[in-house]
Amino acid sequence: MLYFIEQCLNGIQLGMLLFMLAAGLTLIFGIMDLVNLAHGSLYMLGAYFAATFAQWTDSFVFGAILALGATAIVGMALEVVVIRRLYGRSHLDHVLGTFGLLLFFNELVRLIWGPAGLTLSLPSEMLNAVQILPGLFYPLYRLVIIAVTLVVALFLYFIIMRTRLGMLIRAGASNREMVGALGINIKLLYTLVFGLGAALAGFAGLMQAPILTVQIGMGENILIAAFVVVTIGGIGSIRGAFVASLLVGLADTIGRTFVPDLLHVFLSEAASSSLGRAVSSMMIYVVMALVLIVRPEGLFPATSK
Amino acid sequence: MNPRPKSGMAKAWYAGLVRLRVAINVGLVVLLVFIPVYAAATGDAFALTLFTRVVILAMAALSLNLIMGFGGMVSFGHAAYLGIGGYAVGILAKEGIGSGFVQWPVAVAASAFYALVVGALSLRTRGVYFIMITLAFAQMIYYVAIGLDPYGGDDGLTIYHRSQFGNLVNLNNKTLFYYLCLVLLLASIYLVWRIVNSRFGMVIQGARSNERRMSAIGFPTFRYRLVCFVIAGAMCGLAGALLANHTNFISPAMMHWTRSGDLIVMAVLGGMQAMFGPLIGALTYLLLEEGLSRVTEFPNLILGPVLLLVAISFRGGIDGLIGGVRRG
Amino acid sequence: MRVVSWRTIVSAAVCALVAGQAMAQDKTIKIGFISTFSGPAAAIGNDMKNSFELGLDHYGRKLGGLPVAVIYADDQIKPEVGVQKTQEFIESDHVDFVVGYIWSNVLLASLKPLVDSKTMTVVTNAGASQFAGQLCSPYAFSTSWQNDQTPAAVGRYMNQKGVKTAFLIGPNYAAGKDMLAGVQTTFKGQIVGQELTRWPDQLDFSAELSKARATQPDAIFAFYPGGAGVQFVTQYAQAGLKGQIPLYTAFTIDGLSLPRLKDLAIGVPGAQEWVADLPNAANKKFVADYKAKYNATPSFYGAQTYDAVGLIDSAVTAVKGDLTDKEDMRKEMEKADFQSVRGGFKFGNNHIPIQNFYLQDAVKNPDGSYSLHTVATIVKDDQDRFHDQCPMK
Repeated sequence: MLYFIEQCLNGIQLGMLLFMLAAGLTLIFGIMDLVNLAHGSLYMLGAYFAATFAQWTDSFVFGAILALGATAIVGMALEVVVIRRLYGRSHLDHVLGTFGLLLFFNELVRLIWGPAGLTLSLPSEMLNAVQILPGLFYPLYRLVIIAVTLVVALFLYFIIMRTRLGMLIRAGASNREMVGALGINIKLLYTLVFGLGAALAGFAGLMQAPILTVQIGMGENILIAAFVVVTIGGIGSIRGAFVASLLVGLADTIGRTFVPDLLHVFLSEAASSSLGRAVSSMMIYVVMALVLIVRPEGLFPATSK
Repeated sequence: MNPRPKSGMAKAWYAGLVRLRVAINVGLVVLLVFIPVYAAATGDAFALTLFTRVVILAMAALSLNLIMGFGGMVSFGHAAYLGIGGYAVGILAKEGIGSGFVQWPVAVAASAFYALVVGALSLRTRGVYFIMITLAFAQMIYYVAIGLDPYGGDDGLTIYHRSQFGNLVNLNNKTLFYYLCLVLLLASIYLVWRIVNSRFGMVIQGARSNERRMSAIGFPTFRYRLVCFVIAGAMCGLAGALLANHTNFISPAMMHWTRSGDLIVMAVLGGMQAMFGPLIGALTYLLLEEGLSRVTEFPNLILGPVLLLVAISFRGGIDGLIGGVRRG
Repeated sequence: MRVVSWRTIVSAAVCALVAGQAMAQDKTIKIGFISTFSGPAAAIGNDMKNSFELGLDHYGRKLGGLPVAVIYADDQIKPEVGVQKTQEFIESDHVDFVVGYIWSNVLLASLKPLVDSKTMTVVTNAGASQFAGQLCSPYAFSTSWQNDQTPAAVGRYMNQKGVKTAFLIGPNYAAGKDMLAGVQTTFKGQIVGQELTRWPDQLDFSAELSKARATQPDAIFAFYPGGAGVQFVTQYAQAGLKGQIPLYTAFTIDGLSLPRLKDLAIGVPGAQEWVADLPNAANKKFVADYKAKYNATPSFYGAQTYDAVGLIDSAVTAVKGDLTDKEDMRKEMEKADFQSVRGGFKFGNNHIPIQNFYLQDAVKNPDGSYSLHTVATIVKDDQDRFHDQCPMK
């Protein structure tokens, strides 16, 4: 039982990080109708900035704050210089263009920081496990991730639901043309949304960095999972992204852990092991396919049309 | 679909463009035919290897363009068929069945079957959901391949003997193999041209721009698109069989989503409305990649922005630069 | 008035001709070096490159008297990239030797083009069992080991320590599978569970560590090379397992990961065929010069690569620079007549070395740095168990 709780916590932690990525992605997708393959590059930049600034300031927290700012700035600059020229084009042009950006950023990072990657170390207090239940030890840092991302999620909720900016974002997600017709400075709105998405992506990257390493192309695997989350949750919906992220995070972790054991009931050790790995990797796509069959627009679609 | 110009001068200008396009296409074919001659003369065996890869991937991009450029079905999982075709050859070779007469039809049939399944389930959706579902199906087969431990799993599988065709043709001869791939590519281009310009093709293209209208007229659009999807999958499966023979190695990496992205890039880059577009795209993309990596240590600093530029500025890819074809 | 006599002209012409011949014979040896230079494993690639360069320096940048040109390529830990780079070495660069290969799966993918083209190959790390057995080649040699040998040595040590039950964790690729199988060839206790993780992108081992803890084993055995090793041992400590369940490793704690793991590495034993403090003359020189030039301690990856230089030089010298006779080259390579940093060096019939394996442990030095020490010899003159499957005698 304790083992199950531990795996659930792992799943929630993964889900929360996915939410950081998916939230930005779903907003960009919903409001600007842009397929952004370079979102993973912003995740990577967040991690690289954090590792660098943490080394300069000798503090993880300061490094993280500076990295968030830097990633947001890069995101907004990218939007102004490049991304806004892709609005209104077909999704294919988006794919082509942002794929080019993905290649470019990987190479740029290689130029600036070298091919070997970086490490981001935590202050040594974070390295221990905490006994949250009798007999259940969980790494402190992962608890911190869950806590901090929840706070950010609440903060995001507050912005989206309780501020004027949030209202504009929600309006833009459900009906783009109307918002423009009402005379709102659409350009500025788009830039801010992109910057927000970039900051969230960078945040996910730097939070994940001490557990995994900081390396070139680190965003590519998680990017696909983020797209799956956006599809399941409904394009343009933050609430959908939140629910879908937890669903995907739990499905992936529980799947990886228990499916091989489940298959072991029917099959031999070796077969259940390799089949189990294959099936559990497919888990999130099966979930997505099921959701799309039942609710083709996703769980909480934001667009009315 | 080309608009027929009305005035005499416009007609002449338009006819000139058509002739220019034909000339460029013919020139390309001539260039490709002479590659082995160049390779033999200069002793540069690597050129032959590189261009064989170009030709094979052009065929894969062509199959994608059939459904994407003409049919409007943006599949982000097309590399799956490359993988299925390749694994058919690899698995059969490992099990002792080395005859190409068995391997290649199986490759085509397996790919066609998977395309049938994927298409039947996915073609009900549209737009970005279609993209995501095709991606999901490609990822599923990617993970299945990783799980295939007897056939290498994630480490891949070396194919020790290329497909055998008895006395017909020896694929171990690199020049012969290259010409075989080239012939198959040209045949595929011809096939796609015939499909697109047939009544079947008209329905497909009509369904791309306005599906409701096509079904209102009475065409069972779902069935037509499914057939188109299966043909594209089968063609890509054949390209996969060729690729496995070329590299003598198969691995799940053939089916990774970035490979599907590569195919999309090649098709869009070359020009989705042109028959020779995928070939132009494959040639440009792969040659740029190779050329830039010899010139600089950071090739993607240039290649990335080039792709971006094409996405922003060129409507209709490289072929669109020639002009004279309506985009839509 | 002095006229240049016809004798002078003739002698000058003869001299020019002879000089021309000599220059034509002053061939450069081309070596294609394939390793990993991107991502967290780049540290391994750099260590190998540094050691190779140091070896070339020690031989005066000449092998067998001929100048050397080295081309370095990055396999990105991907078999499909490795085979592509190997083919480029053979077809485009026309190299005389291919050296390197960290990863067993990359090696296996690249073997066919190497063997088909009869290119002399020296593998300085990858130890795939198939390479030691059925896929052995007269043209390919290893200065490392076969994958099973090191974990088998660890298994023997685990028996000595009275470990009764063990949980095995490793990456899901050729070497990972070999390692976990290798432990089981000697370990007499019970394996209560095994987990293979996705390689190389899975660096989060929380699920597997939780599973291990749940089975309450006497010990955990792990194999995680390069940066993944740092991740694994760190997460093992973070999960609170250090001090609860002992960890035994192969290739996880080495000269590269030790400076980053620091105290976490102490008390985690491993086995290796080379440790930095081996007391022979060649090794002392290697380690000292490496420290002087690069300000770091070399790892076993580097030591194995350094030996490749000596091996190639001995063979090229013996054939007097004539690389065209592959049979001659093979015979000279098989003699392995050079000073290895391991002490003695001899090949088995399958071109895999027959060598000792030592128990190593990490200690903290008085100056605050960490190093690996040889604690004992676990097994002497160990030969891999696949040599019978190799057709070569």
